[in-house]
Amino acid sequence: MINYIIKRLLALIPILIGVAVIVFLIVHLIPGDPAQTMLGERATTEALQRLREQMGLNDPLPVQFWRYVKDLLRGDLGRSIMSNNPVSSELAQRFPATLELSFFAMMFAVLVGVPAGIFASINQNSWFDNLSMLIALIGVSMPIFWLGLMFIWLFAVELGWFPPSSRIGVGLNFTPITNLYVLDSILQLNFNALKNVLHHLVLPAVALGTIPMAIIARMTRSSMLEVLKKDFIRTAYAKGLMKKIVIFKHALKNAMVPIITVVGLQFGVLLGGAVMTETIFSWPGLGKFLVDAIYARDFPIVQGGILFFAGVFVIVNLIVDLSYALVDPRIQYE
Amino acid sequence: MSDKNKVMKKNTNPWFEAWRRLLQSKIGIAGLGIIVFLIVVAALAPVLAPYDPIKTDILARYRAPSSEHLLGTDGLGRDILSRIIYGSRISLQVGLLSVALALVFGVSFGLIAGFYGGKLDMAIMRFMDIMLAFPSILLAIGIVAILGPQLKNAMIAIGIINVPRFARIVRSSVLSIKESEYISAARALGAGDLRIIFKHLLPNAMAPLIVQTTLSIATAILEAAALSFLGLGAQPPSPEWGAMLSDARSSLQKAPWVATFPGLAIIFGVLGFNLLGDGLRDALDPKMKNV
Repeated sequence: MINYIIKRLLALIPILIGVAVIVFLIVHLIPGDPAQTMLGERATTEALQRLREQMGLNDPLPVQFWRYVKDLLRGDLGRSIMSNNPVSSELAQRFPATLELSFFAMMFAVLVGVPAGIFASINQNSWFDNLSMLIALIGVSMPIFWLGLMFIWLFAVELGWFPPSSRIGVGLNFTPITNLYVLDSILQLNFNALKNVLHHLVLPAVALGTIPMAIIARMTRSSMLEVLKKDFIRTAYAKGLMKKIVIFKHALKNAMVPIITVVGLQFGVLLGGAVMTETIFSWPGLGKFLVDAIYARDFPIVQGGILFFAGVFVIVNLIVDLSYALVDPRIQYE
Repeated sequence: MSDKNKVMKKNTNPWFEAWRRLLQSKIGIAGLGIIVFLIVVAALAPVLAPYDPIKTDILARYRAPSSEHLLGTDGLGRDILSRIIYGSRISLQVGLLSVALALVFGVSFGLIAGFYGGKLDMAIMRFMDIMLAFPSILLAIGIVAILGPQLKNAMIAIGIINVPRFARIVRSSVLSIKESEYISAARALGAGDLRIIFKHLLPNAMAPLIVQTTLSIATAILEAAALSFLGLGAQPPSPEWGAMLSDARSSLQKAPWVATFPGLAIIFGVLGFNLLGDGLRDALDPKMKNV
């Protein structure tokens, strides 16, 4: 197992290098001049020239690439054009907001999607099965930003149950430590803030989690249906086991691998969806920051942000692969 | 015609058989119906649309749905129904063209990688893996950021991010039959590489390709709407469905219909291709059922 993990980690290296190359090329093929963008339309030629020299934009592409790789290995992603702060600290500061949102969205997706899929599979062709599969089908066809808009309209504007934007209300006595607000408020035993933070989380997390929920429900149902047809399930029933035990111990455990695969794949959907959801709910995370940076033509942030997202995605995929062995001991890693 | 003849005839053409199975499945019919409806609407847009989709009318801003404007008007007094009708042209075009782009490159890469194998295969498939290492919409956002925010560029970006899926499908299908006897036989008869590729290997990959194409059109329409919503795709005053939603954000309280109907149009169109894709999967490949 340890050997397998090391092997997989080593295999990540060429992928990560490839990702870095693609991101470098994306940004350096952008027509337009970062120096011009930074200094504005009325900059003098000399000032532009000086800044280009300073940023190393006059060097040949391979030289720039080598410098980019060296900086990257030291964790240096350059400086933001908007704020002049290091990109890495700008990203690190906003990542917890995205992580928190994605975590709660995934919790919602799994905690609703898996039970719904199980229930639908053991009552195949019942009204619940048909209804939940219809919802799942619409769920996979729905643009997430539209769902977000509808949530804001219905639950924030019309009913006033939840706040339409941001992470926390104003006027609360709250100091973030890790920037994971839920964790911070629990650590500080500040339950007033916790309530407020959770209240702000509900709409964006449910909006972000709905599409993965639909896909997870569909996959759970079909995976369970597959397993429930097997002989050992009939045997388990025949020897008089309770339905509950057969479903959860025998069937669900064997249906888990495709479910985990699809949950892992949904993380990519979540990261992409975070860009849309954060933009709609004015959630101050990485996704919204990236979109703002594109509008502001802040290339170091765009470059660093995409790299960061891709890095997170690659690592999540690895964790998903490794977790197969935990749920299915038949899978052996050599 | 006797019964015996009928049975014989049914078995002669697998595509006909698949078509027959598709017409028997409810979801396949529903999907096909939606898509035909969309195509008719798109083709007859100038006849069907009651108003000019981009003509503004300051006096008719934010009109609620009524007999005059069935789906209401937006912040510039434009008729939403007319905009949705014209928008169907854009969404169909984006879906078809971007997926066509992905098909051409994906199928070529997959065929080359699978057929020639070795280092070429390694290089192509590693590159595909790297592309799959990005959350797809983010890669599209990055590409549009290079090329500039235009609908054309959004289509190119969506085409590019869909290439790896097609390449993988074709490659695995080629690998599964490359070593079979009838390929050796064709080679022994003197068939060249191109003939083997196009006459034997590609047709064998057709079934999963058709399914993937249909499902990819669905996601392409969604992705294009997302890019346009962010201001990275279709630009105003284009009646693209996602771009229409982008305008609607500021008027949710005042005029929720501006946000509601374009979203429903997207769901309708995407649902059509998803249903057809599911139906085709059942019809073309019974083994893949329930996946």
